[in-house]
This record gives sequence, C-alpha cells and structure tokens, in this order.
Amino acid sequence: MTALPLRAEVRRQLSRRRTLVVFAVLVALPLVLVAAFALGRSDDPTTARGFVDLAQDSGANLVVFALFASTGFLLVVVVALFAGDPVPSEASWSSLRYLLTAPVRRERLLRQKLVAAALFSGAAFVFLPAWTLLVGGLAYGWGPYVGPTGDQLGYPLVLARLGLVVLYLALSLGVVGAFAFFLGTLTDAPLAAVGGAVVLWIVCAILDQITALGGLRQGLPGHFAFAWADALAPTVDYSAMAQGALWSVGYAVVLVAAAVWRFLRKDVTS
Amino acid sequence: MPALPALLLGLVPLTLTAVAVPAAAADRVVETVLSVRGTPEPDGAPVTLDATLLTTDPSVPRPAIVLAHGLGGTKADSLPTARTLARDGYAVLVYTARGFGASGGLVHLDDPAYEGRDAVAMVDEAAERPEVEKTGTGVSADPVLGFAGASYGGAVALEVAALDRRVDAVVPAFTWADLTSALVPQSRVAGGPGSLADVTPAGGTGVLKAAWAALLFTGTAAGTGEGPGEQATPSVCGRFAADVCRAYVEAARSGTAGDDLLALARRSSPDLSRVTAPTLMIQGEDDTLFGLDQADRVMRGLPPTTPAATAWVPGGHDASIAVDDQLDRVTAWFDRYLKGDAAAPVQPGLSVTVPQTTLVGTGGGADDSGAAPRVLTADAYPGRGGAAPGLRTVALDGGVQTVVNPAGARPGALTNLPGSGAAGAAAAVAGYPLAVLPGQAATFTSAPVGRPFDLVGSGRVRVDVTSSGTEAVLFAGVWDLGPDDPQTHRPTSTVLPGRAVAPVRLTGLTPGRSTTVEVALPAVSHQVPVGHRLRLVLATTDSAYAGPLAPAIYRVALAEPSLTLPALGALTASGGSRLDVPLPLVVGVALVVLAALVGLVLLRRARRSFGAAPERADLADVPLVVEGLEKTYADGLKAVDGVTFTAERGQVVGLLGPNGAGKTTTLRMVVGLMRPDAGAVWVEGRGVHGGADVLASVGALIEGPGFLPHLSGRANLEAYWQATGRPLEEAHLEEVLAIADLGTSVERRVRGYSQGMRQRLGIAQAMLGLPSLLLLDEPTNGLDPPQITAMRRVLADYAAAGRTVLVSSHLLAEVEQSCDHVVVMARGRVLLSEATSTLTGDGRRRLEEAFLDLVGTGPAGGGT
Repeated sequence: MTALPLRAEVRRQLSRRRTLVVFAVLVALPLVLVAAFALGRSDDPTTARGFVDLAQDSGANLVVFALFASTGFLLVVVVALFAGDPVPSEASWSSLRYLLTAPVRRERLLRQKLVAAALFSGAAFVFLPAWTLLVGGLAYGWGPYVGPTGDQLGYPLVLARLGLVVLYLALSLGVVGAFAFFLGTLTDAPLAAVGGAVVLWIVCAILDQITALGGLRQGLPGHFAFAWADALAPTVDYSAMAQGALWSVGYAVVLVAAAVWRFLRKDVTS
Repeated sequence: MPALPALLLGLVPLTLTAVAVPAAAADRVVETVLSVRGTPEPDGAPVTLDATLLTTDPSVPRPAIVLAHGLGGTKADSLPTARTLARDGYAVLVYTARGFGASGGLVHLDDPAYEGRDAVAMVDEAAERPEVEKTGTGVSADPVLGFAGASYGGAVALEVAALDRRVDAVVPAFTWADLTSALVPQSRVAGGPGSLADVTPAGGTGVLKAAWAALLFTGTAAGTGEGPGEQATPSVCGRFAADVCRAYVEAARSGTAGDDLLALARRSSPDLSRVTAPTLMIQGEDDTLFGLDQADRVMRGLPPTTPAATAWVPGGHDASIAVDDQLDRVTAWFDRYLKGDAAAPVQPGLSVTVPQTTLVGTGGGADDSGAAPRVLTADAYPGRGGAAPGLRTVALDGGVQTVVNPAGARPGALTNLPGSGAAGAAAAVAGYPLAVLPGQAATFTSAPVGRPFDLVGSGRVRVDVTSSGTEAVLFAGVWDLGPDDPQTHRPTSTVLPGRAVAPVRLTGLTPGRSTTVEVALPAVSHQVPVGHRLRLVLATTDSAYAGPLAPAIYRVALAEPSLTLPALGALTASGGSRLDVPLPLVVGVALVVLAALVGLVLLRRARRSFGAAPERADLADVPLVVEGLEKTYADGLKAVDGVTFTAERGQVVGLLGPNGAGKTTTLRMVVGLMRPDAGAVWVEGRGVHGGADVLASVGALIEGPGFLPHLSGRANLEAYWQATGRPLEEAHLEEVLAIADLGTSVERRVRGYSQGMRQRLGIAQAMLGLPSLLLLDEPTNGLDPPQITAMRRVLADYAAAGRTVLVSSHLLAEVEQSCDHVVVMARGRVLLSEATSTLTGDGRRRLEEAFLDLVGTGPAGGGT
C-alpha cells in the first residue's frame, strides 16, 4: 500500500496555520529571552550568579536555559499539538471519511499521521536549540557551556551533549504525544485531544509534588522530564534519563497500541 | 524506538538494581558476649576486655573481622556495622578498648605494648573460636581474619597488622599513621613533593594542635571516670595512664610539645614497614585532626609488596565519621582478601571524591536521583613505590608584606572550630573576615581560573621570611575566592577547603635576614569553579594551634611567584558515566514492546489475507451487491435492518427514503466506514471492509463534502488524490473540475465557499479517477435548479459510459427523473427495488402512495 504517502501527509499539515504559529513561537523564544535579559540587566546586580546570569554566558548556555524554560510546558504543548491534532482535525473537517474511502487503510492512516507528528515534533526539538544557539552565539559569543558547578563543555562536545538532550527530550515527551494521539482517535475535537494531554502532564506534575507517593512517582509521566540536565555534566549519568525514556517509551507503546486497536474498530460517523 | 534503550545499554557499563532481597536481612545474628584477657598494666594488674562475637550461624566457621572503636567509645559503637558484616557471612568480633566502658585497664593512647597487645589478644581469641574459619590445625591454626577500625580504632588496626602476621587484611579509617605529625604538625618541608600529599617535615618540632589535643584528652578524661563501670566524675587524668596524662598536661601548660609527648606520640605510631596484610586506608576530607597527609604516610610507609589502596572520602573529625557510608568498600576489601572472592569490586590505588560546589543549586536534575559525586581514581597511588607525581603551577601575585604576631597570639585567626562538626562548617562559611585578620596575614592571589580546577593533594609554595626574632610561626592556607561582587568589591564566596591550615615553625633564624622556606600546604580535595581565584594566606595566628605568645614582626614574600601542585594526569575522573536502571522497569518495557511487535505482526498477517482476487467470483461482474446489512447503534436504534439490493453496470440507482430511513448508514457500511453487525457488501465480487483496496474503484460523497479549509478547491482535490497514492494522470483532474464548474473560485480557499460550491467540489472529488462505482449521498443538496439539471445529465452520462452511480435522496421526483432503478427504504428496511422504467401505471401509483405514506409516518430525525 502506498496510500497517503508521507509527503502528502506532511503537506497536509505543513500548510496549516497552527504549524506555522508553533514555529513562529519557537523562532521568537530566543529573541524574546535575549531581549528580556538585555532589559533586565539594568536592575541592581545580584550578589550570586544565578541561572539567568549563567544563561548569558554563551550561546550554549542560552540553549540550555531555553530548553529548561520550555521543557515544562511549551514543548509539551507543541508535542501534544502535533500528535493530538491531526486525526480529530480531519474528523472535524469531515475529510477523515474521504481519506478512509480513498482508500487509506486505518492503520496506514494512523501510521502516517504518527510519523508526520514525530517528524514535526522532532523538527521542533532540533530547530529550537539550533536556532537558539545561533541567536545566543551572536548575542553572547561562542564560548563553552558553563554549568552551575562551574564545569565547562567546549565545542564540539557540547553539541554532542545537546544532541543527547534533544534525543532524550524526544523520548521523554513521547508519552505526551502518544496520549494526545490516543485521545485524538477517541474524539472529533482537536482541542480535547491536545488539551487532554497537556492536562495529564499538569496533573502528573502536581502529583509529583506529593512526596508521600514515594517510588510511585517515578512512574508518573514527567517525573524525569528534566533528567536531561544530567547530560550536561562533565561525565554523564544516564540512569535518570534511561528510566525516563523507558517509562515514556513503555507508556507510548501501550497508548499507541490502544489508539490503533480503538481506531480499527471504530465506526467513523463524523 | 525499541532499539534505542538497547543502544543506550550498550554504550555504558550497566548496573541493574534489582529489588532488594530481604533474605539476608532476615538472618538472625547470634551475639555471644566474651571476656578476653588483655595485657596487664605495668603494675601487674590484670586487664579483661569486654568483647562480643557476632555470627549468623555459630556452627559454620567463617572469616573473622575484628572491629575497634574510636576514642571515648565502646564496642556498642561497632555493633550496627558488625551485624551488617555478620549477615554478609563474617564472624565479627567487637571489643571495648582498655580504659573504656566495661573493659579494664588504662588508656595508653594506642601504645603497641598495651592496646596493640590487646588487639593481638583478640586475634588469639578468634583463633580459638569454633565460629572462625582457620587455615592449618592445632597450635598452628591461623584464623582467617581482618581488622578494621576508625580513628583511635583505625590506628589499632594498623598496629596489629604490624605486630601480628596472622592478620590477613586491614581497613584503618580516619586515623593516623604518625601521631607526631598529627598532634604537632610541621609543614616546613624540603625537596619537592614525593607523592600526592607529601608533608614530610624538614627541620624542627611543629606547632601543637592545642584545640584538638585538649578536646581529645580532656573530653575523654572527663567521660571515662576513674574506673570501669563507675559514674564519670570530673578528673584531670580520668582513665589515662599516668605517663600519657603527664605528657599532655605538660604540653598543654607550656604550649609546646615536650620530649615526653613527642616520645609518646612516636611510640604510638604503627611501624608501617612491618605491615604485610592488604591495607585499605580510608581518610576523611573534612579532618583537621588526622588529615589526608596521614593516609599519604600510610601509602608510602607500607612495604611496596603490601597490596594497598586509599580512599579520600567526604567526612572526618570535622564532620562525621560514618564508616557505614564506606561499607561497600570495606566489604569489597574483605571479600577479596578474606573470602578470596575474585569477583569483589577492585579498589583503585587511589580514589578521591571531589565535592561539587554549585553556583545555583541543582538547577533541575531529576530530583531524588541525586547527582553522583565526582570521583577521581588512579590504579596506583601517585608516589607509592614509584616516581614522584608530576607538578603543575598556578601563578600567584602579591609583593612583600609585613605581618605581626600579636603578643599572647590574640586575637587569633579562626579558621576552624575543632570538634564542632556542623557548627564549625557554618562558622567557616562566613569565615574569611574571622580567619584572615588584618595586619596578621599576608595574601597572594591567583588570576581567575578559566576551567574548573581540581585542587587535590598537597601543594607547595616557597616563601622568603624575615623575622624580628630567631623564630617564626606561620599558618599557611589556600582559599577559594568567588568572583568579586560588583558593588562591594568583595568575593561573593570564600571557602577554605577542608578548613585546614598548615603550620610552619622556623627556628634558628637571624633577625632581619631573609630565609627561604618551602611550605607544604594542607592536603585537600576541592574543585575550584570557573572564575574563582586561589589565594594563599600566610597568617601569624590560628586559634586552633598553640602559636608563640611573644610578639614578632615578619616580612613575607614569595620566593617563587607560583603555587606548585601535584599533577593529576594519572587520575581519571570516574564514577560519572553511570547507567543504573531498575531491572523490573527494563523487563516491563521490553515485554510491552514485545507484545506490541507481536500485535503488529498479527495485524499484518490478518491484513495480508485480504487478497486482491474476488472472494465471490459469481459477483465479479456486478458493481455493487449489498446483502442483508444490519446495523444497530449503541443507543439501541436499529438503523439498518436487513438491507439487500444490487446495482448493475451502466445504471443510475436511486436509494430513496425519508430522512432517518437508514440510507446514509447503509452507504457508510458500503464504503467500510462502519462495520455492519450482519451482512456483507461486495464490490465487483470483492468484500468491502475498512480501507479495502477495492474501494479505489469507488468514489463517494457521503453526508456532505469534507475539505481542508485552508487549501483551495484545486489543492484539496490534489491533496485528496495524493492521499490515494495513485499517479496524477489517473485523476482526470481537469475533467472533474469542469464538472464542478467552480470557475476561478477553484483557486480560492475552501473556507470561503458557499454550500453549493462545496457540494459541487465534493461531487467532483468523488469522481476523481473516474471510479467505476460512484456513491452520492443527497448530491443535490444546496444546488440551484439549473445546477441540479446539469448534475442529472452528468450522472446519466457517467453511467452511460459503463459505470454505475448510486444516488441517495429523500425526493421522489429527483429519483424518478435521474435514475434507472430505484430502491425504496424506510425504517432501515428495503420496501421496493425496481426499475423506474417499469414503474408505470399501477406500479407508479404504488410507489407514489407508498412513498407519501412513508413520508407521512416515517420517524423524524436526521439522515442517518
């Protein structure tokens, strides 16, 4: 079957305004950060060098700051949007039934939508740090990354580590995408799918604050969200990242399987 | 995706933390209280030592470990560790040293003749116990035995290893190798460092560590009372032996170490050259009593053939002495050398934990995983048995400075509060103004470091000192200064690593004449962050030491403008790259992924069985056969109930029925959007299911068109056609667009289309590729009369070319005028299926009546 080639699906999504808006936000983020730091600099100097001061050390530091600032919410929304929106969007436009009778087999449709969502999310994950590195490099110079402990990562090591960070981000946010995707096969409302996944993330973040849950918290999506910071130490501790990635991949596989199982049996009435 | 974890696992050494096995913890430890005959006091008074033997199974001989406690403690201190070791399969002997607790005798401060002989008595005791494993039999029976202890007990461990060859392994911790240099340190050295923390004094007695000595002696004396088991009453000597007491009191009174004290300290230092047992020396980095240089002395003092390793770890007399934190090391050492377990983790010759200082806290790592501390290791201890380590230098800046030793040595610089633990640490944080007093300290500062800088081991500096007298005492320390605050121009942070200073006593000076002296700086383990500076401070006073009370003026300058440090090239940073994942998680995710893969294979196999060949060869020539379709909705409505009809080639078939008759539901099942509860649909003899290949020859408009609103009409048709995956030439795009008759609007976005335009575009989309079966659900919705007329013609022409059109409608006239065949539905059932041409006269009336009747009574509701 060659129905719904990836090119066709990418074109369907690429021409949409929401895709453009997402990338516009990503383009704006480092510029806004640099502008905000420039404005904030006139304030009285702090006694200790904080995270924000570190962010202005070099382009690489700005990248880490931008990723830190966006891991909690922005990237979650981006992934939820790219993964949760395509299927219910087609349903809400009534174009889903025409795709299915084109014919595109349902599993094929899901696969292509999922691959396209992964491509767009991956593009966002690569674009944000790459663009921020360029902006930060021009604004703050091309010095090495300086960590909170004073450790430095020079080029090209810092690029490899940022690659590891991006890889981990992609894996750890896979659970968000899979959940949004699953919701998307249940509902015809794109907002419900995207919003549902973001709400899940927020609820898990709240539960994660309850230390009484102990070891159970490790299974919460998002518990290891910031484990990528381990990749920026002089020597990498992969433990937290591996756990985060494993949980995420495990959930994602289950959720995607549930989505496929559900969608194959679904009566399409939209 | 599933390949990725496997890839990660392959990259770094993997340790899997299995769920803790509680089996060992369940083992009950049998504790037998023993009374062991110790060495008699000099006056002949017998001494018994209070001891306990711990093992989980007294009937099985096991390797023995003797544990010795710290100054002022008893065997009870060792019991928790002993129980853990007993559960690990050792027979553990703990005892209270003479002069403490329930043991008799007096404290001789680890005199080999007393405390040392007592330790040998413990080895004798172990040799006779059936619980202890032995090599050889009878009189020559040699127990398999290790000895461990911290602080006062650590020195005993080294002593017994020197005294008794039967000891097979020792682990001294937080202790001394040379009591003289611990109590009366002299950091004046000569000839460059021979090892990582070489502080071999050159010339004269050092400076009494008065605060620590007082704390140890007076504190212990007050706590031990005058005899075993007695209520502790304040006394000068407590249970210290008279000679020890006399030597201390004399030194404390005079502020200088007398010959008695020096002799005693010399006697109480183990003869390392006699130690053949493998030795693991654990030393604390927060220890101004027994510094890291003591561990260095052990490593260099042991015979080169003795297996030895040292670990510099957080903790020590200035923080806490927690042997349990080091239990993994200790157990690994004994497992290797007592149990002969070759699989026990190898201890590197040197292992240094470098505390990490952070600028802004953790900054968002995984919260409870905790960052692994940085550990530097070397296979061989730098400077043991081989060449001295290489050197590196840090340039220092600072000219000639004059400093004063005030009369009475007051005020004294406060660098540390010995024995105060955390309180001392708190004092040290705010400490620079208290520790570096104006007029009393010469300072020499480096430039900010450009890379994180490991200050590990003992540095050296050469200074020129001119004294106003014949003697001079200086306290040397190296500070870590943070970047200057732009407002106050003071460093944002000041840290004296290890809170340690190195005292230097110079004697025999000629007043007014400069003498060059080499100073060994305190051995520390510290990381200097980027942007921080190192500052050498040479102070005239330190309140922890008994410096000279006579006033003096010194002129101090650097002989060489640099700080010399041991090169760390041989040390590799380890303990960082780590992958520790709970095994159940790995297994669980692997199972999930495996199950998903199996599901995928099953799905593929199921899909492959739908062949391209007709499943009903007899129907291969019939464009559409609908057989007994049934569909009941979740709410219980039976929308379609046994619908059967056939559409022949070249026909326009009308599916006529009022709203709610089940027409649309039927069409949805025809194209596989819904699964029928019963019945089947055959297109050219091939069964229809969701996404069946045969649907490629079916074009459909069902319940209104559906388009991507942000694309133009043309782009929508192109996007739709692209989705079919078929070549563009087969689409007949221009022909179909001509039928839609949208004019230039075809290039506008669909969002702005009228309902009629959408409807025409929807019909056009259904016709793309000129499918042999065209399904149109209420195609005339939203069309004006001329367009309806045109549409009729188009459909008639389409069918005339040998294709088939199925049109659903709720308008009789519509069907009558455009269809060759009519199927009348109501309430989910087919009432009539007949050619319109035969519907004349009676039949025509029948249809009309039936339909009007139906329209009048049909259920209200949407067109499902």
